[in-house]
Amino acid sequence: MLNPAYSSHLKEGIGAAWPICLGYVPIGLAFGVLAHNAGLSPWEIGLMSLFVYAGSAQFIAVSMIGSGSAVIPIILTTFTVNLRHLLMSSSLAVYLQRLGVGPLSLYAYGVTDESFALNMTRFRDGDWDWRRALALNQTANLAWIVSTIIGGYGGQFIPAGAFGIDYALPAMFICLLVFQIRGGLYVVVAVLSGLLAVAFSLFFPGNTYIVMASVTAATLGVFLRKWFDKGRDSTEGS
Amino acid sequence: MKTDYLFLVLGMGIVTYLPRWVPLIFLSRSRLPEWLRQWLDFIPAAVLSALILPALVTTGEPRHLTVFQPALLVSIPTLIFAWKTRSLAGTVIIGMALFWVARRFFS
Repeated sequence: MLNPAYSSHLKEGIGAAWPICLGYVPIGLAFGVLAHNAGLSPWEIGLMSLFVYAGSAQFIAVSMIGSGSAVIPIILTTFTVNLRHLLMSSSLAVYLQRLGVGPLSLYAYGVTDESFALNMTRFRDGDWDWRRALALNQTANLAWIVSTIIGGYGGQFIPAGAFGIDYALPAMFICLLVFQIRGGLYVVVAVLSGLLAVAFSLFFPGNTYIVMASVTAATLGVFLRKWFDKGRDSTEGS
Repeated sequence: MKTDYLFLVLGMGIVTYLPRWVPLIFLSRSRLPEWLRQWLDFIPAAVLSALILPALVTTGEPRHLTVFQPALLVSIPTLIFAWKTRSLAGTVIIGMALFWVARRFFS
């Protein structure tokens, strides 16, 4: 039997995952359809969603499979596309101190742009822990796997663009970005990162712009904070 | 199922899993210096902004600027709504509804 406290954690985690699921279902279906068209069977599609579990990398991989690419270039591309998770896991580690290797390894599997954004906000609010976060991760994971397999049977069961469902994830990201703003310096870092990302995305292929822009903006944020703190100390001292 | 394909998804899985796993294992068991904590504290805002803004103002591959598109237009009231209400559920629903309407006017 599951400890009643754990089962309420489980429910909260599953319940909190709904915006991600709402976004994953249409994207997962679309991915399944594309993968089906590239010649993959529903089981092959499900296997990729289970092993890789990363939307944009899977889309790129399927288009490379469709154009007859070899295995190694696809794996290398996947690696660069998913390197951004390095930043997200680093940031999450602050909230997962002193956890065993087992739970951490399971947690790592579920780190995506979406689960990172949602869990990070919850952790910061303080009413969240790794069990709830893990339940959220695995719910989103299940929604992804199942919807890609269903799409793989050739069905775009939700008509493209219906009910503005394509905007579920952008709206979620916008809201979670707002939640991350806790002072002027965060606005500066966010605006800088966004503008740098746009500029980099125009000049560099792929999605390396995400890591480049975030690292630059966060580093500048640290220097700005140091600079402001120094200014404050010297005025207090005088 | 072809063994080639199995090798492919295993390889993709490993190179995706490692960047997710390594920082969690190493950073969660060491005392982080203050500057690193501050840096990591800025990462969510920076990453989210870097994910969103290019999606709102660029299109195509290779990307080019497309400022006049429903996604950007809708993002402004969505952002204001999120700021005022601080409700995730409300923001997602309002954003979807506005996008649905905006796309009908654009196309």
